[in-house]
Amino acid sequence: MPVLSIQSLNVSYDTKHVIQSLDLSIEPGEIVALFGPSGCGKTTVLKSIAGLIEQATGTIEVAGRRVLGKQENVATELRKVGLIFQDYALFPHLTVRENIAFGMTHLSKSEQASKVEQMLSLIKLSEYIDSYPSQLSGGQQQRIAIVRALACEPDILLFDEAFSNLDPLFRFELIADIRHLLKEHHISALFVTHNQDEAFAFCDRIAVMHQGKIEQIDTAEKLFESPKTPFIAEFLGEGVWLDCKVESATQLQSSFGTLNYSGNISLNDKVGQQARVYLRPHQLSLAENADSSVQVIAERFVGECYESTISWQAQTVIVKCEKSMLNKTVNLKVKTDIQSVFFS
Amino acid sequence: MPDLALGKHSAESPNSPAIVKSKSFNSIYSVKAFLRSFKQAKLSSLLVATIMATPLFVLALLAMIGDGESFQHIKQTVLADYIINTVLLTFFVAVLVLCIGVPLAWLLANCEFAGKRFFNWALVLPLAMPAYIVAYTYTDLLDYAGPVQVGLRQWFGWTSPQDYWFFEIRSIGGAAVMLALVLYPYVYLMTRASFLEQNANLTQAARMLGASPVKSFFKVSLPLARAAIFAGTALVLMETIADFATVNYFAVSTLTTAVYDTWLGHYDLASAAKLSCLMVLGVLSLLMLEHAQNRNKGTSNDAKSSVLEINYRLTGWKNWAAFSFCGLVLLLAFLIPALQLALYAVNYFDQIWSSELATFAKNSFVIAVITAFVAFSLALLLSHNQRMKSHAWQSGSLKLASTGYAIPGTVLAIGVLIPLTFLDNWVNDLMVYAGYSPLGLVFSGTVFAIICTHLVRFTAIANKSLEASYQKISPSLDMAAKTLGTSERKLMWRIHLPLIKRSGLVAALLIFVESMKELPAALLLRPFDFHTLPTYVFQFASDEQLELASLGAIMIVLVGLVPLIFINRSIDHQ
Repeated sequence: MPVLSIQSLNVSYDTKHVIQSLDLSIEPGEIVALFGPSGCGKTTVLKSIAGLIEQATGTIEVAGRRVLGKQENVATELRKVGLIFQDYALFPHLTVRENIAFGMTHLSKSEQASKVEQMLSLIKLSEYIDSYPSQLSGGQQQRIAIVRALACEPDILLFDEAFSNLDPLFRFELIADIRHLLKEHHISALFVTHNQDEAFAFCDRIAVMHQGKIEQIDTAEKLFESPKTPFIAEFLGEGVWLDCKVESATQLQSSFGTLNYSGNISLNDKVGQQARVYLRPHQLSLAENADSSVQVIAERFVGECYESTISWQAQTVIVKCEKSMLNKTVNLKVKTDIQSVFFS
Repeated sequence: MPDLALGKHSAESPNSPAIVKSKSFNSIYSVKAFLRSFKQAKLSSLLVATIMATPLFVLALLAMIGDGESFQHIKQTVLADYIINTVLLTFFVAVLVLCIGVPLAWLLANCEFAGKRFFNWALVLPLAMPAYIVAYTYTDLLDYAGPVQVGLRQWFGWTSPQDYWFFEIRSIGGAAVMLALVLYPYVYLMTRASFLEQNANLTQAARMLGASPVKSFFKVSLPLARAAIFAGTALVLMETIADFATVNYFAVSTLTTAVYDTWLGHYDLASAAKLSCLMVLGVLSLLMLEHAQNRNKGTSNDAKSSVLEINYRLTGWKNWAAFSFCGLVLLLAFLIPALQLALYAVNYFDQIWSSELATFAKNSFVIAVITAFVAFSLALLLSHNQRMKSHAWQSGSLKLASTGYAIPGTVLAIGVLIPLTFLDNWVNDLMVYAGYSPLGLVFSGTVFAIICTHLVRFTAIANKSLEASYQKISPSLDMAAKTLGTSERKLMWRIHLPLIKRSGLVAALLIFVESMKELPAALLLRPFDFHTLPTYVFQFASDEQLELASLGAIMIVLVGLVPLIFINRSIDHQ
């Protein structure tokens, strides 16, 4: 049984449809990202699950309990979901101890005390038990916020851009720690972000959202290698569009020459059709050619390689090169197989 | 389909495809949407707002339908003078507070000079002085029989007024000076805060681009502080229009004194209402001007400088000039009046001290405490409702419940009196009908009416302060508390109240002090033989016996100092 199941969720403010018949399912112990540009409605989905939006319609089930349906609309405080915020949302007037104990109203004082200590030992912050939030670093505050939510034993944790306020130096360390904690205790989570690196580092599967819809939900590798829509292809990283023609089930013809195709979707019935492929910098290479009219117009040294910029058919193409190629005339080549082909 | 417009005014959703079909459908739709949006409103908010706005509505209604005999007479004779006097007075006060407040603010925000730390807080002290008390002390000092003129006569051997010229303190100019002396801190505080918020990089950039300190002040600092200066001045002018005691004492006839005379002299409520509406119009146009100024707030920049601000370190004559300017303002606005009162109190203590005075102080105290407590509670209710259901109805209620602050006390007193008299008549009729003897004027003829007026006038202070501190609480705290299993009501007690405690306390204190100082409402509405400290001081001062009222005046000033300590502390924290 999925720990979270959303069916045909709709949210509209006034006449604007923010979320349109969205489906999503999360298995126990799974960490899923809702990933998309700002304004695509990801946070709205999160708030709908938590019951913080009145305009949501559709069906939402948390651990098999229906919290939103035709008749049902369970109040936030009864939904058993934990919510983690970008600004940590620790109560500034309460100590760490009081913050963590905040939701444990059903426990006795001594039970509360031992649970708070147990929670703090999970994140190795026991010595801060009587500190106030303002005395802690951002990373420490976010750890506290997470165990505060866990202390209420929610069925699922919801993260709203939870790591974006943190120093990039420590961010991925914390993400790894939290991921370890969740996996160890078999806790499911839904993580809203617009940061690709965070989504890739934290989550098992990633749902890419665009204009109120989920366009694809897959592992990071699959999304990157074989995006299902042009939007996802472009959103996951820079690259260049190349027109081509399907020659056979495994070959495409383009102005870069013949390209090999090894994607999952069969091209048998598409032979002869015009198509487009999206090429990322790591898929391209340059070869010096004095006769070519294509020239490297700029380059940037990025440590392990050079990023060379070429103006090609009115597009700016970036290619990773091992040596400096500035001002040289070159031929463009594709060095890897193609996984995704788009037809208009 | 109409569901789509839920939560907004119907008129604001022209894009909904269903409503373009036909006109009749459109109007039905609007009514439905209106009713639905009405359901979103919290009834308690609407009720409070309606009650708070009743005096103003009643005044407007009465001004429109009442015949107002005296108003016709006044219109033909002295109305023009009243209006000219009011306009002149506000103009003089505006010029004076700008000349005092803005330079002080700049000096204390940007310069280092002798005594700066002391002046930083001391220059706020005049706020604790009601203008009428300053006016009384200066009149005692400066009029013909006062020590200054007596001293001059003895020194130069003059014997009669014909021998020399001395300015007349009891004039429109005198009133403007008195008001400016106690009201400049509004401009000073707001402008200083604005100067301090300004990014020091901007001034430094101006200097780097070749502007002199003077030029960078006029080209950069001053324009950036414009909104704050305007807001402070608007506040001062509202207080000026509302002032009754000073102009009355100086026999300067303004609209305020006209309202007072029409009501207490002729018992002509309709005429008083018409005059009141004129004043309200004046205040409203002031507020609109201020609003228009603040709208294009492209001037403020939030980016704070990371570099420590470089002050101008004043030396030599500049140092002494700055010190003398601050010292002179403080001397005139606070030290001289306070000293004068203290001398009177000591010299006449035997005659002043009476159990009566204690009773009047207690009256003022009780009224102020009740006003502060109820105003705070109402503001908390309104802000909480708005927080829980952010909606046009809620913010509208909050605004409506805050209109009273703009209305002069004299005007409000009349606005409150009318509905309360209705209420009294209705209750008494009911009692007689039920076979009991009538209760008398239990609402309009008691302290209840004074408290009501104070509430309508001062709740806005708490509304503003609580609304601002509610906005500072991150919405994620509410959501976090809810997901941790907290209900709405518990949210207020466990999260909101502890977080707004401090600013709420300051707001309650300010209301307490304003209520202790407020004269016109108590003067118009007090039951027979009932006095508050201000009415007591007013009565003696009007009889040229300020020395006998000195202790009462000192009490008012001392109480007024309490919130200033808090305000100064919070400024230091910034």
